[in-house]
Amino acid sequence: MLLQIYEPGQTPLPHENEQGLAVGIDLGTTNTVVALARDQKAEIVRDARGSGLVPSVVAYIDGADPLVGEMARRQLLDRPEIVVSSIKRLMGRGAADLARLGGQLPYELGAAAEGGMARLKIGARLLTPVEISADILRAVKERAELALGRNVDRAVVTVPAYFDDAARTATRDAARLAGLEVLRLVAEPTAAALAYGLDSKSEGVFAIYDLGGGTFDFSLLRLEKGVFQVLATGGDAALGGDDFDHAVAAKFLAERGGEFSRDEVKQALATARLAKECVSSQDPWEGELMLDAGDSSHSLTRAELEKLIEPLVARTLKIAAGVLEDAGVKPEAIDGTVLVGGSTRVPLVRAKVEEFFGKKPLADINPDEVVAVGAALQAEALTAGSDTLLLDVLPLSLGLETMGGIVEKIVERNTPIPVARGQDFTTYQDGQTAMSFHVVQGEREMADQTRSLARFELDGIPPMVAGAARIRVRFAVDADGLLSVSAEESTTGRQARVEVKPSYGLTEDEMADMLRASIDNAEADMERRLLTEARVEARRAINALEAALAVDADLLSEAERATIAAAQETLERAMSKSDRASIQGAAEALEQGTKFFAERRMDRGIRKALAGRNVAEIGG
Amino acid sequence: MQITPLATDADSARPAAAFGACWSCRGPVAAAALFCATCKAIQPPQPLDHFARLGLAPGFDIQVPVLDQLYFGFQRQLHPDRFANAAPRARQISQSQAVAFNDAYETLKSPLARATYLLALRGLPIDGEGSHTIRDMELLDDQLERREKLHEAPDAAAVEKLAVAARSDAAACLGEISAAFAAGNLAAARLATLRLKYLDKFADEARNRRALLALKSEPA
Ligand SMILES: [Zn+2]
Repeated sequence: MLLQIYEPGQTPLPHENEQGLAVGIDLGTTNTVVALARDQKAEIVRDARGSGLVPSVVAYIDGADPLVGEMARRQLLDRPEIVVSSIKRLMGRGAADLARLGGQLPYELGAAAEGGMARLKIGARLLTPVEISADILRAVKERAELALGRNVDRAVVTVPAYFDDAARTATRDAARLAGLEVLRLVAEPTAAALAYGLDSKSEGVFAIYDLGGGTFDFSLLRLEKGVFQVLATGGDAALGGDDFDHAVAAKFLAERGGEFSRDEVKQALATARLAKECVSSQDPWEGELMLDAGDSSHSLTRAELEKLIEPLVARTLKIAAGVLEDAGVKPEAIDGTVLVGGSTRVPLVRAKVEEFFGKKPLADINPDEVVAVGAALQAEALTAGSDTLLLDVLPLSLGLETMGGIVEKIVERNTPIPVARGQDFTTYQDGQTAMSFHVVQGEREMADQTRSLARFELDGIPPMVAGAARIRVRFAVDADGLLSVSAEESTTGRQARVEVKPSYGLTEDEMADMLRASIDNAEADMERRLLTEARVEARRAINALEAALAVDADLLSEAERATIAAAQETLERAMSKSDRASIQGAAEALEQGTKFFAERRMDRGIRKALAGRNVAEIGG
Repeated sequence: MQITPLATDADSARPAAAFGACWSCRGPVAAAALFCATCKAIQPPQPLDHFARLGLAPGFDIQVPVLDQLYFGFQRQLHPDRFANAAPRARQISQSQAVAFNDAYETLKSPLARATYLLALRGLPIDGEGSHTIRDMELLDDQLERREKLHEAPDAAAVEKLAVAARSDAAACLGEISAAFAAGNLAAARLATLRLKYLDKFADEARNRRALLALKSEPA
């Protein structure tokens, strides 16, 4: 019998050739970038003109497929009402959140989806941020498939380190909707550090300053022998280059004077962005703001731009200082600063970061592409195996609202993930049989100043005197930074138990409906995934059996060995076909048919132990 | 035959408790093993104390670089990223293992958490019932006095001065804790740990206060 030995966890997938490629995707506020890594070298997927940036802009023309990227952006000046940009800023935001933003928002809001997720009214359509992001992801997936000539079905998708649970969940849902299995959500600064560290083989403590279109992240990482350990992270999920544009647009509109419609604001923002990008090389910029009501001339000098954005840059450095303090690290102890995000091209940003750390920041890798490169490297590491290890942290504390609206923190920010923490609560009234919980995320002390993630109720608590029940609430955060919460009452042995998966926005049913509507072959897609799972599980069972036979085959008679071999062959035959039920049936038969063998092996183990043999000989 | 899974008590005298059944190949596997010696499947975490989990002798004086290396070594083998293609059960076990090692690492890395944990392990928890001695009250008084000064501090510089004093007192505490554990004087270790806890909390408060004062002094 052929014995296959694999490193722990490295068992290759059966039918590797059936799997599509796994890419890295940086789903940015302004641009989206895709990359593929092979042998620890990442390549950006580029268009015919060599550009790797797909503008994160979608245009919805009635009766046609959505336009994504440059073609959508071109619609912005003519038909702003059908164009959506910067949708990332709305990811994971509930309808109530957006209503509060109200006037600032260049979109009309429609009726909220069932789970409370906001919907935007674009032309004749009513769309959630998840669906709009899915359209972007679908477009870049297709673009990658075209360029690589292979099916792309899995991805590492990056999210701002400071994204809360709702925004992370929304991002994962968007990828699912686009037909991509998310191998891992990776924090953008962590991905950048991975790209940078693997490229330069640097060691030490690095600061990643990541100023994107709509988000600011600052992370401190320790790089050592292939380990990327996040020490602390901080940021602002609503601060980015977009705010620079807003400041410039506000100046132009103030110069014009009067009241402006949503679409006019969108047009002014597009002109402001152009002015901001031009002024670094062409000082002063001079141009026209073309609105339906007429054109107006404006100018912008570099000094004016710097004066407008100086307070925003100061805010980023204040956040950076807080993160350093959290980690107990002084700016001069940093071995290198890496700049990430298109907004770090602004000369003032570079100058201020250099001043703060007292050394020139590193920007050898294109700051627009470095995150996608890191994501691609991680996608390769997860699918093909690797020696590098990413150890990330929870960016924002998780807690429960208690009496008086005060937050009891269950997991503190900057705790390494995955993590699980429990906390005991008790009833406050005699005979109380239910208890409600409110899960929140954030650093503030009062629940109404934090992000509400989920509310749930635990009922079926046996009636007892106040204070006698013992209700254990357990928070578990996985390696993607996604939270699940469970609660149970355990004093009486009768367990009341509830599991919640906070998903701000889409309910499972809504997700299923969207999947059905958006992917032509959603069911085939799902079935293919289940089939892969069944094969992986069958492969595991066969590997385990072969390993056991290699040491204990002498416990079996010739006839028994033949029976087991036949069952194994049946399973292997089933695995080579694509009938999931027959694979599962054959795997179950093999499991049952080898039960007596497992028992004999345990008997032998016990006999050896009783005979005073060293435990190490039994295994371990 | 029914094999009872691994004993959770410290009943290691019976050889049967030293191993259990592997979930994957269902053969015998040593209780402390991270992987089955036969089929290489990852094994669920055992109920161990944080020191034992990381392979360290229990004690207050540990070398943080050594702790880091041990932790990285285990995470390299057990982290969920290593099991992205594995069977669902193996993925789930890898997550529980990573959680257990993160928990151990977080606790032992911080001197305050480490001392607190060690005291609980030795049966003298710092916030145990009926443990409030007269010396505890003295510590509370000292804490209150520091707080009062903090609230009277007129500017960020004055706050920083108080914070520096607290930090230097905290450093002295670490020496006391180490000496007390080394001498086996748990009561003294407990008192110094409690003091360190107050000083750490004070440092946090000073930080918040300084941020508040800085905010006020900023031009609107
Ligand atoms: Zn095994």
